[in-house]
Amino acid sequence: MIKEFRLPDLGEGLTESEILSWKVAVGDTVALNQVIAEVETAKAVVELPSPFAGVITALHEQPGTVVEVGKPIVSFEVEGDDGGPSAGGPAQAETAKREPNLVGYGAIVEASGRPTRRARTFAAPAAATAAAPTGPPVAERVAERVAEPAAAPVVEPADIRAPAETAAATPGGERPRSTPPVRKLAKDLGVELTAVAGTGAGGLITREDVQNFVGGGHPAAVAVAGAAPAAGIGSVTQGERETRMPIKGVRKLTAAAMVSSAFTAPHATEFLTVDVTPTMELLARLKASRAFEGFKLTPLTLVAKALLIALRRQPSLNSRWDEANQEIVQFNYVNLGIAAATPRGLTVPNIKDADRMSLTELSTALTGLTETARAGKTSPAELSGGTISITNIGVFGIDAGTPILNPGEAAILAMGAVRRMPWEYKDEVALRQVMTLSLSFDHRLVDGEQGSRFLADIGAILADPGMVLAMV
Amino acid sequence: MFTDELGQGGIPAGGPGDSAGHHGGAGESLVQLITPGGERVSHPQYDAWVQDVSDEQLGFLYEDLVVIRRIDTEATALQRQGELGLWPPLLGQEAAQIGSARSLRDDDFVFSSYRENGVAYCRGVDLADIVKVWRGNASAGWDPYTVNMATPQIIIGAQTLHATGYAMGIQNDGADSVAITYFGDGATSEGDVNEAMVFAASFQSPVVFFCSNNHWAISEPVRLQSHIRIADRAAGFGIPSIRVDGNDVLAVMAATREALERARHGGGPTFIEAVTYRMGPHTTADDPTRYRDANELEDWAAKDPIARVKGLLERKGLLTGQFEARVAAKADAVARELRAGCITMPDPEPLDIFKHVYSTPNSWLDRQEDHYSRYLASFGDPAGAHSEEGAR
Ligand SMILES: Cc1ncc(C[n+]2csc(CCOP(=O)(O)OP(=O)(O)O)c2C)c(N)n1
Ligand SMILES: [Mg+2]
Repeated sequence: MIKEFRLPDLGEGLTESEILSWKVAVGDTVALNQVIAEVETAKAVVELPSPFAGVITALHEQPGTVVEVGKPIVSFEVEGDDGGPSAGGPAQAETAKREPNLVGYGAIVEASGRPTRRARTFAAPAAATAAAPTGPPVAERVAERVAEPAAAPVVEPADIRAPAETAAATPGGERPRSTPPVRKLAKDLGVELTAVAGTGAGGLITREDVQNFVGGGHPAAVAVAGAAPAAGIGSVTQGERETRMPIKGVRKLTAAAMVSSAFTAPHATEFLTVDVTPTMELLARLKASRAFEGFKLTPLTLVAKALLIALRRQPSLNSRWDEANQEIVQFNYVNLGIAAATPRGLTVPNIKDADRMSLTELSTALTGLTETARAGKTSPAELSGGTISITNIGVFGIDAGTPILNPGEAAILAMGAVRRMPWEYKDEVALRQVMTLSLSFDHRLVDGEQGSRFLADIGAILADPGMVLAMV
Repeated sequence: MFTDELGQGGIPAGGPGDSAGHHGGAGESLVQLITPGGERVSHPQYDAWVQDVSDEQLGFLYEDLVVIRRIDTEATALQRQGELGLWPPLLGQEAAQIGSARSLRDDDFVFSSYRENGVAYCRGVDLADIVKVWRGNASAGWDPYTVNMATPQIIIGAQTLHATGYAMGIQNDGADSVAITYFGDGATSEGDVNEAMVFAASFQSPVVFFCSNNHWAISEPVRLQSHIRIADRAAGFGIPSIRVDGNDVLAVMAATREALERARHGGGPTFIEAVTYRMGPHTTADDPTRYRDANELEDWAAKDPIARVKGLLERKGLLTGQFEARVAAKADAVARELRAGCITMPDPEPLDIFKHVYSTPNSWLDRQEDHYSRYLASFGDPAGAHSEEGAR
């Protein structure tokens, strides 16, 4: 009878392998475990030992082809039913029928759309094995042992692994089919899965289905202005002990953006506490100077400037991970996002080409941006295309936190409150103005080294603005 | 700079006639009784520990070595054929496993890592049970108490604590059995192993720490893990140690017997460093050519644990055609049985997951089991209800 050998998962959780060469040809007689092919996986080049003793009847794939796990690669004509003492037997056939279920990939989705179950299998118990452990010392023990009969009985494979009947569809009441991470996403976004049409295999609801349901596939801040009916507060029924509000608008989009960011970009956050007294002194001098008359200068203005200067030395923090195209996009411009708390919720409008601005231009842009955001008039264009962001949690009296990246960006800096604190100054403890900086970055794009250098540079500028001379 | 007379420091492979005493200047610290060329060399202290090993028994040791290498190659093939998810080869470490395991008494208890499948064979573990976990059919392959060997530990070094705890129990029982724990060179960097050694020394527990120094912890070479010889670490804990040629089945046996005797008679723990080499990949999912030099493998191939016993048997005139045929037949039979047991292994039932979690009833788990069996029953398949009664 003809037996097929399907490409197994040769590593832990591999989906494909490349056939490098065949060591056999059609018509060759091969022995069990004889090397028949050389295959390269993502992990190693390995030799494939033949699972059967028999004659090769077909090689299904050419050398150089990348083959999916589970595809037949070679067929054998095998003697009799079980192809000799060690041939595959029922388990082999069963394996061949089975879809590969790779490590870490979760359960296979049954094509029928409903789980099927296999009947219990009974195989003949394997024959008792090698000599039982013997006593001490080896003298007596080994002496006791008699040469075993040459051949241990071979278990006759008995196949009763036929799949059990596929349960007839039960009417109603069934949970929509999805996977735990997607259910979690849906729950986080407040999406009822019953309302979502699944496009995956067997009607499975995928991550994309949920995201598309929420709106726009990419639930980035971009979408905020587009959707956004008055958000947040829904109808409040008097006297209830809890208030239930529909999740919609900015809240919903913010949630989607945060979830998508938090679960696609591996975040790393670093903190640096800096004596910013020299920057605060500089700020006071600038405010008092003629050149800045009429401009609104705040610590944020100077932190933004410091960030823009530091960014030139660490451009990887101004980049984007393009999963679809498998590319890293390095921006040669900076659209600086500023997280703004607005009556409608959080928005992150950005200042286009902030890196080319003078301090007065930056100050004007910042003032304009915050005023527009507070008035709820931010345009979609102002919300899209950001490359890096700042969030000023200091205005709420907070020191530090782990900011979540604005989706599509590689870094976000949170500036903490400026506090008067005892601090080491010129070898003594003095009351100084101190600020904590928190930097989150996408660890796919930015290594600890670049992130740390970037944060250290910003800190160095704020601790001693004269350092800029050494950096630009 | 730390050099290793067995090749780590770049010293050429020992040819026939080489004995440990001629390597690297510190050779006397490495116990060797059979040279790579198959010559029996005498050792003032350790000869006595194996003088009872007859020619016939030497033949059986050889058979064991061949058989477990065969188990290993068959399991590796089964993995390549999609029958096992993963397999951690023991190729090259046969003598360390056979020499030690064949020194144990039935009532001694083994706590091993994933790599001691040759030890499991010696303990009498069913061949199919050895591969059960690697096939994904169970979370543990056998009942430890039927063979006095715990199921292999994947968490590096954790088994050393289990062994020490068990050994403290032996002390409480007033018994004279011993716990032996097997672990790798890499494991000695783990806190668990160090804690186990502290306890074993403090309580002078009857435990043997058997470290198979196969020179690699996945892709990390031993020289990065330890700036001194691993055996020398034991002194810091107040535990006597011995460094033995792990590719020499007789030397390993001598060292293990000495350690077991010490433990049985209230002498406390011993640390054995068996210096050997992982000739294959870390697991079937690994490609060692990406991180190690082919020359190293060649050097160690010249010190093969099986070839040297074969050489010794030949010198003694014991390597007859009949003997070789017997060994080959045994290896073939074991391989056939392993394969048959593997590929005809029944799939586990869903509710099997609840078995062997706790030894006594647990309401929290019972509740989960109840929920799960009702969930299974909702498929209208009697299998769920059927196996429910079988659980626990
Ligand atoms: C506590 C723990 N850390 C890490 C791992 C991952 N791991 C698996 S095998 C291994 C290397 C172990 O090397 P060694 O102790 O020398 O044993 P060998 O594999 O060489 O036999 C590591 C780090 C693990 N299983 N458990
Ligand atoms: Mg190791």
